[in-house]
Amino acid sequence: MSEDILAGLAGIVNEVAGVPAEDVQLDKSFVDDLDVDSLSMVEVVMACEDKWGVKIPDSEVKNLKTVGDAVTFISAHV
Amino acid sequence: MTVSIQTPTPNPFTRILSVGAYSPSRIVDNAEICSRIDSSDEWILERSGIRERRYAAEDESVIDMAVKAAKIAIERAEIDPTELGLILLASCTYPYLTPSAAVQIAVQIGAGGIPATDISSACAGFCYGVGLASDTIRSGNAKYALVIGAEKLTDWFEEGDRSIAFLFGDGAGAVVIGASTVSGIGPTVWGSDGTQTQALGIAPSFIDQRKDPINNVPMLYMQGQTVFRWAVTEMARVAKEAIDAAGLTVDQLDAFIPHQANNRITDALVRALKIPDSVHVSRDIVTSGNTSAASIPLALSRIKAEASVPSGGIALIIGFGAGLAYAAQVVTLP
Repeated sequence: MSEDILAGLAGIVNEVAGVPAEDVQLDKSFVDDLDVDSLSMVEVVMACEDKWGVKIPDSEVKNLKTVGDAVTFISAHV
Repeated sequence: MTVSIQTPTPNPFTRILSVGAYSPSRIVDNAEICSRIDSSDEWILERSGIRERRYAAEDESVIDMAVKAAKIAIERAEIDPTELGLILLASCTYPYLTPSAAVQIAVQIGAGGIPATDISSACAGFCYGVGLASDTIRSGNAKYALVIGAEKLTDWFEEGDRSIAFLFGDGAGAVVIGASTVSGIGPTVWGSDGTQTQALGIAPSFIDQRKDPINNVPMLYMQGQTVFRWAVTEMARVAKEAIDAAGLTVDQLDAFIPHQANNRITDALVRALKIPDSVHVSRDIVTSGNTSAASIPLALSRIKAEASVPSGGIALIIGFGAGLAYAAQVVTLP
C-alpha cells in the first residue's frame, strides 16, 4: 500500500515540480532535497487529494516535511 | 387610488467604452528588493513571475493616481465628465475610512456632484465595480459610469517583510462604461467566503492601534498557500461559470485577464481552464507586480497599448482576493 502511494506521489511531484520520480524517496525533504517550493507543495497536496480522495487541510501541509510524512498521512487517511 | 412609481427606461446592453491607466515613474527591480530582504532575482521570478514593480512617490496618493487614470479613460471615451452618472473607486489602500476617495476624485476630474463611492473588495473590487456600474446603466439609472481601481500598497507593508515585499506595487486603472446597442458585458458571476478572513487582509484595526500605537500598526498580511489553493481551485470554477453565463466557450475567448496576483496562479488557471494557446493571457504582473484592484484595468490598458488583441475582442476578467471575495465577467475590449 505505502509503496503504491510512494509511486503515485513520485509521479505527482514529477509532474508538478519536474523532479525525477526516482529521486522522490521516503527520507527526502520536499523543500531541502527536492526543491519543491511552497506553492508547488500546494499543487502536490491538491493532486494527492484528487488521486486518493483524502482531505489534507492547510494546517497539516506544514507538517508534511518529508516524502515519508506525506506517505504516512495519506496511508492513514485513505 | 393606486399610484404608479415611475422608473427609468432601461438600457438592454452595456460595454466598456475606454480604458486609462497610470503607473508611478519609480521602477523597483528585484535587485533593489533583494537589497532589503534575503532573496534573489531567481527566487522572486520563480515564485511570482515578477521582474519589477512601480512604487508611488511618498506624496503621491491613491486619489492622485486614480485621477490620472480616470482622466485618460474619460478623454478616450469622448464624453464630458458631467455626463457620468456614477463613479466607483475600488481600493483597499486608501488610508481614510471616510469620506470616500471617490467623492474627491469626482471633483478633481470635473464631475463634482455626481454619485460617487468606494468599494472595499480588495483584489476583486474592480470586477465588483464593473458589475455594479453595468447594472446601474442597464437599469437606466445612469448613462455612463466610471470604474477605477487604484492602490498604493507600498503604504501597508514593511519593506523588509520577506513574505510580501517582493509581490506588491502601486498604480491605477480606470474604465468608462456606457449603454450599448450590442452586448459588451456579460453576467457578473460573483460571491464571497467570509469564513476565510484570516487568509488575506490588513490588520489590526485602527481601534487596536489607538490602544497600542507602536505594536498595532495596521499592515497587510497574507497566508500565501491558503490563498493560492483557493484561487486555483475556486477561481477556475468561477471563470468557467462566467464563460458559461455569457453563452460562450473557452475557445471563443481572445484574452484572459485574471487579477495579476501571481503568475503561478495564472499558470494554474490556464491549465485548469484548458485555455488554448491562441488566447492572449495577461502577464502585466511581470512589470507591475500585484497591484490589487488596479491590476485588471492596468492589464487591460496594456493590451490596448500593445494592440495584443483587437478592439471588440472577447475577454474574461476575473478578480479575487481578500474577503475572500471574487467577481468575473466576459467583456468585449474597448
